[in-house]
Amino acid sequence: MAPTLLTGNVAAAWGARLARVDYVPAFPITPQTEIIETLGAWVDSGDMPGRMVTLESEHSMLTAAGAAAATGVRVFSATSSQGLLHAMEMIYTVAGWRAPFVLVNVSRGLASPITLEADHNDVLAARDSGFLQIHCADCQEVVDGVLLAYRLAEDPAVRLPVMVNLDGFYLSFTREPVNLPDPAEVAQFLQPFDPGAIRFAASAPESQAVAVLGGSPYSYFRYETHLAAQNAVSVYGDIAGEFRERFGRERGAVEAYQTEDAEVVFFMMGSFATKAREAVDRLREAGQRVGLLRPRLLRPYPADIIAGALEGVSGVAVIDQNLSVGQGGVLHTELSAALYGREGAPAVLTSFIGGLGGREISPEEFYQMAAVTRQAVETGVTPPPRLLYTETELREIRKLQSVALVERDETSPRGGAGKPPGEEDKQ
Amino acid sequence: MASRVLGTALFRSGFTVQDAPKYGAERRGAPIFSTVRAARGASEGETINERGIIHRPDLVVVADDTLLAIPAAGTLQGIDPDTVVLVNSRESADTWRHRLNLQGELLILPAGSEVEDRADLPHIGATCAGAAACLLGVIEPEALTTAIDEELGPLGEEAVAENRENASAAFEAMIAHRGIVTEGAAVPAKDYEPPAWVELPVDDASIAAPDIRAAANSVQVRTGLWRTLRPVIDYDLCGKCWWVCSTFCPDSAIAVEGDKPVIDYDHCKGCMVCVGICPPHAIGSIPEYLAQQREQQTIEEGEADGTDPADR
Repeated sequence: MAPTLLTGNVAAAWGARLARVDYVPAFPITPQTEIIETLGAWVDSGDMPGRMVTLESEHSMLTAAGAAAATGVRVFSATSSQGLLHAMEMIYTVAGWRAPFVLVNVSRGLASPITLEADHNDVLAARDSGFLQIHCADCQEVVDGVLLAYRLAEDPAVRLPVMVNLDGFYLSFTREPVNLPDPAEVAQFLQPFDPGAIRFAASAPESQAVAVLGGSPYSYFRYETHLAAQNAVSVYGDIAGEFRERFGRERGAVEAYQTEDAEVVFFMMGSFATKAREAVDRLREAGQRVGLLRPRLLRPYPADIIAGALEGVSGVAVIDQNLSVGQGGVLHTELSAALYGREGAPAVLTSFIGGLGGREISPEEFYQMAAVTRQAVETGVTPPPRLLYTETELREIRKLQSVALVERDETSPRGGAGKPPGEEDKQ
Repeated sequence: MASRVLGTALFRSGFTVQDAPKYGAERRGAPIFSTVRAARGASEGETINERGIIHRPDLVVVADDTLLAIPAAGTLQGIDPDTVVLVNSRESADTWRHRLNLQGELLILPAGSEVEDRADLPHIGATCAGAAACLLGVIEPEALTTAIDEELGPLGEEAVAENRENASAAFEAMIAHRGIVTEGAAVPAKDYEPPAWVELPVDDASIAAPDIRAAANSVQVRTGLWRTLRPVIDYDLCGKCWWVCSTFCPDSAIAVEGDKPVIDYDHCKGCMVCVGICPPHAIGSIPEYLAQQREQQTIEEGEADGTDPADR
C-alpha cells in the first residue's frame, strides 16, 4: 500500500481497527482525544465493527477494559497523563488479573504545574504495575506497535496487558507518511484472540474475583506476573522477527543506530530519539563515532540485549525525558543497574535530564552531550547529572517571576510574601 | 489547517513530509503555530528525523501580524538572512522591515481591508498555504487544489470551493516571488555554538512553586453561562423548608433570602440536583434557551408598552 500522511493518534486508531478489536471503553483527554474521536467515527459509520462505550472516568474505563478482556474478547483503550494516574489503582489491579489487552498512552507531563506537552513521567508511573510497555519513536511505529502489543499480550507464555506509548504533540498531532499494513496480512500475523482458559458465555454467567491473601500466596502471584513479564523478552523477539519477515520493518526490543563501532552512544526513548538519530548523522559527518540506542521495549527491560549492544562502547549519554524527584533520571538508574558488574560494559554513563514538558532539545545540545561524554571518557571523571536548561531560559523565568511577584503584591489581600530572586542577598 | 494543506500539497508533489500544529492551553486568542518539513527522496524511503519546532526555518508565514509584537509568540525565532518571512498585513513590507530590523526577505500577503475582526478572518489557513506553496516553487497549482480537496472535503463543497479560490488567489499574488525560498542546511556538528547551559540555583519555595495567587474572583466568573437546563422554583409549591435545596446545591448557588430560597442564575450551572432533591417537588426545569427566549420576549413587550422590565 502507498504511504499516507497520518498523525500518531490516527495511526493508533488504525492499529486498533486492523487488530479487529471487539470493545473500546473510552474517556477523552488532551492529547489523546483524536484516537477515540477517530474510532468513534468508524464505529458510527460501520467501518469498524465492535462496541465503543464512553465511561465516566479513566478509573471506570480501565475497569471495563480489564473486565471485558477477562471474558476473552479483544479490548483496546487509550489515555494520557492525569488520566493514566486517575486509573492507576485499576492499572495494577487488572494487570494482576492477567487479562490481556492493549492500552495506548499518549505521553504528557504531569501536574503540577500543568502542561499539555510530552514527557515520560506519566507512563513511567505505571512502570512497576505489570503492564508491559512498548515505546514508539514515529507514527509508523505506533500502528506497528499496537499490532505487536496484541501478539505479545495474548501470547500464552505472557498473558499481560501491554501499553503502547507515543509522545503527545511530537507524535500525537504530527503527521508523517505511514504504510498501513494490509488487513489480510495483519489477519495472518494477528489471529483471532484465543482466550484459552479465559472463557465466558452469556448463556452460562459466572463471577470472577480475586481474594485477600497473606504474604506467601501474595508473593507467589506477584512473582508469577514478574516471570511472565520476563518471558516476554524472548517472546517479543520472536514476534518482532515474524513481523520483520512479513512486513519488512525492524521492530526489535531495541533500536541500535550506528552503534557497531561507536565510542559514544546516546541512550533515550520516545520520539525525541529521532532527533538524536539526526544528531548522530551530523556527528558522523564531522568524523565522530557516535550512535544511538533506544529501547522500544521498556517492560520487560531487555537488559541483556541492551548490554550486548553497548559492549565495546566507551561512554553512554543517557537522556531522560523524565525525572524521579529526589533521584534523577529513570533510564540512567535502570541502565546503571543493568550494566553494573558486567564485563566490557561502558566505563562512563553521563546523565542528562531533557525534554521535560516537551521542552525542545536542540542539535547543538546533542553535540554538546556527546562532547561532554567523550571528555568524561578521556579524563575518567564523570560530571554530575545535568538539566538541559540555558541561561536564556532562566532569564525568561526570572522575568515571569518578577511579573508574578508584582501582581501578587498588588492583588493579594495579605500582600506579597516573596521577594524577587536575588533581592535577599542585597541587604 | 494551513500546515495540513501545505503538507499534503508537498506530499502529492513527491516529498516526504512531516507537519504538526502546536499550541498551549486552549483559549480564545492564544497564539498557535504549526510546522511543515519536507525532504526529497520519498520514493527512496527518505525519513525526516527532526521534529518539533524548526530551529532554522527557511520560510516563516505569519497569518496575524499582531503576533509579531508578542515576544511569547516567537514568530521570528531562529530566522537568519536566508529566511523568507511572509506576513499577512495591511502594512507595507518596508514598514515591517524597519520595525523588525530585518536583513532578509520580507514579503507581504495583503490582508483584506473588509475584515475588521481577526477572529472572523475567512480562509486564512488556505490563503497562507497557497502563498507558501508558490514561494516554495516546488508545488504546482493542481497539487495545491488537490490538497485542499483532500483536507477540507469533509467540510462540504461550498467550503472547499471558497478555500480553493482564496488559496489560488494567494498563489497568484505571490507569482513574482515563485521559488524564492531556499533550502537551508542542517546544523553542522563541527564548530557549532555550544549551548549556554546554566546551573539552576535552589530557590525559595515561595517563588519556586508554580502556585498562582490572586484576589478572590470566582464570583466574577459567570459559570451560569454553562447552563443548558434552568431550574425554576414554583413558590406556590415551595414548602419553605429553606435548607434542602440550598444545602445540596454543589455550587452554593441557592441562598435563603428572608424565608425563601433564591437561585443565583449567574452561577447556577444547571446540574438539576435541586430539582431531584426538593421534597415537595417545587423545582421544575426548562431548557435554558427557552427561558432566555421568554425573557427576551418580556423585555420586548415591555419596550412596546413603555414599562421598564426591571419594574415587573
